[in-house]
Amino acid sequence: MMEVPLFLRGILVITGKNMRLYYTKPPVLMFGLLFPLFMFFAFFVGRHLDLTTFFPAFLAMMLFFTASSVGPLITPWEKREKTYERLLSYPVTQDSIILGDVVAGAVFGIGISLLVWVASIFFVPVGVTSWGLFVLAFILGTLSCAALGALLASPASDSPPNVMIFSNLVRFPLIFISGIFVPLQQMEGWALTLAYCSPLTYLVDLFNAAMSGRSVFSPLFDCTVLFVVSVGFIIVARVIQKRNMMKGM
Amino acid sequence: MTSSAGNDRTIERGVGKKKSITNILFHIKELYSLKLAKNDFNDYELSNVCELPEYFLQGISMDAIRAENLKKTFGSVSAVDDVNLSVKEGEIFGFLGPNGAGKTTTIRLLTGVLTPDAGTVHINGIDIHRHPLEAKMQMGVIPESSTVYGDLSAEQNLQLSGKMYGMPRALREERIDEILLRLGLSIKKRNPVRTFSKGMKQRVSIACAIIHRPRVLFLDEPTSGLDVQSRRLVIETIHEMNEQGSTIFLTTHNIEEANTLCRTVCIINKGNIVAQDSPERLKKMFDTTQSVEVSFDRTVTRDLFAVEVILRAESCGDKWRLYTDNPDLVLKYLVGRAERESLVITSLTTSGPSLEEAFVQITECV
Repeated sequence: MMEVPLFLRGILVITGKNMRLYYTKPPVLMFGLLFPLFMFFAFFVGRHLDLTTFFPAFLAMMLFFTASSVGPLITPWEKREKTYERLLSYPVTQDSIILGDVVAGAVFGIGISLLVWVASIFFVPVGVTSWGLFVLAFILGTLSCAALGALLASPASDSPPNVMIFSNLVRFPLIFISGIFVPLQQMEGWALTLAYCSPLTYLVDLFNAAMSGRSVFSPLFDCTVLFVVSVGFIIVARVIQKRNMMKGM
Repeated sequence: MTSSAGNDRTIERGVGKKKSITNILFHIKELYSLKLAKNDFNDYELSNVCELPEYFLQGISMDAIRAENLKKTFGSVSAVDDVNLSVKEGEIFGFLGPNGAGKTTTIRLLTGVLTPDAGTVHINGIDIHRHPLEAKMQMGVIPESSTVYGDLSAEQNLQLSGKMYGMPRALREERIDEILLRLGLSIKKRNPVRTFSKGMKQRVSIACAIIHRPRVLFLDEPTSGLDVQSRRLVIETIHEMNEQGSTIFLTTHNIEEANTLCRTVCIINKGNIVAQDSPERLKKMFDTTQSVEVSFDRTVTRDLFAVEVILRAESCGDKWRLYTDNPDLVLKYLVGRAERESLVITSLTTSGPSLEEAFVQITECV
């Protein structure tokens, strides 16, 4: 039973270390901050779109990019620098390392996205119809996206550029099939089927429910999907990383 | 004196049957209670905020490290095959082996970095694979390469290590100042470690591993590639840690280092332990040859040593190393011959059997 507080402390210390070391790394700034801004300028600015309608989707995209950008960098970076072995020799387990990475990604996502939301209040007339759902969307959204980030870091690579390329190969298609640029109501056929497979769809839907009161699914369903997906991503990341460790460092 | 962690553990046993939410709240409370007050310093030393096994508290002596039937394979390669070893408390234990023999894999298994395919490891009586966190609290590890965060300063690396071991802030800061001063890093303590030389990085790595004064210290090739000053500092630190009561598990390629530092030496080859004894016994077991090193005031040829009592003569720079079973006779011969040839002996030393020779014989004959 003594292991539980040690386990929790390990997660906290690893999270702190990740926040200090990785938030300012160029790949995180590039893929976590600049990319979503560029996407916003490319798709929303100058196209006479109703920003009030698209803002929840934009916020979901911002949250998705920021929260999922930290995780893929940490493990490969630590393996390359050979600090991963030392980390494992401290009183932590692989689970604490994965959860520390997830929490660091989630905190980054919440911080930046909240900043964007607060700044946008002055320019875009968007309100919040349900504060409870809004907070839940932030929490579950960052958790699921950060868990995806940790999962993307799981391949046994010690090359951060390779993992970042792989993570973008997964992340970019998701923003096109998740109701961000084309609302879910306007999708049909295989596009709609693909949208149902993306966890980002449910985050966009939850933000829509929280900010405009209109959503395709029930908010409870969105929350359940995001929670299950988060847990699923963490479990799969754990299994892959444990299997990698069986093969050696 | 009773530590707050100790009190909480006592309480903990009583809450085992409470509802899970109560348990979680309790553990969060206990987490914060790990931040001990500075005057709990001695308790921290004693237990490293860990529950000690019952037999340790009763004062029964035990092995600091015990590995039984340890096995690890990577694909079809058996890196560690049925390794059994025990290291007594307070001992400096040398773990030798040629490249690829399984030294680093063994140390990773012992420190819980890797999970074995079979076998058990106990650190101070705690099973590292059943209770990894408690076992790791007992140990400090210095991995093969100086694995510290280059973007952090020496001080920040040590702060991180201290936090990992749950040291309270005041104690952490006191130890950091003390260790950085001891290892000659005080002046550059705020510089990023990436700007340091290899020797300095290694010193930071060592500092990170000893900040909590571990009861067991694992060192994987700690002096590899270091200059003389850094090497000496590392050796002195190992001695100091041992004098303070730490058990030392040292892997090294440097046979002389193992010979002078270790009370017990274990040799691994192809994943198997092939010998384990004191350095002196190993030398005697595998090599009875002694040597005499001599140099003269002018160059001499090999012919000078062509006598029955000298088994083999090797040129070593400006000296000759003569292998013999009877150094006394060789000394008499050299003195007599030097007189006859008008040679001046500028240096003359005798050495017993070497551990290096024993190591070569053991690893070659397996």
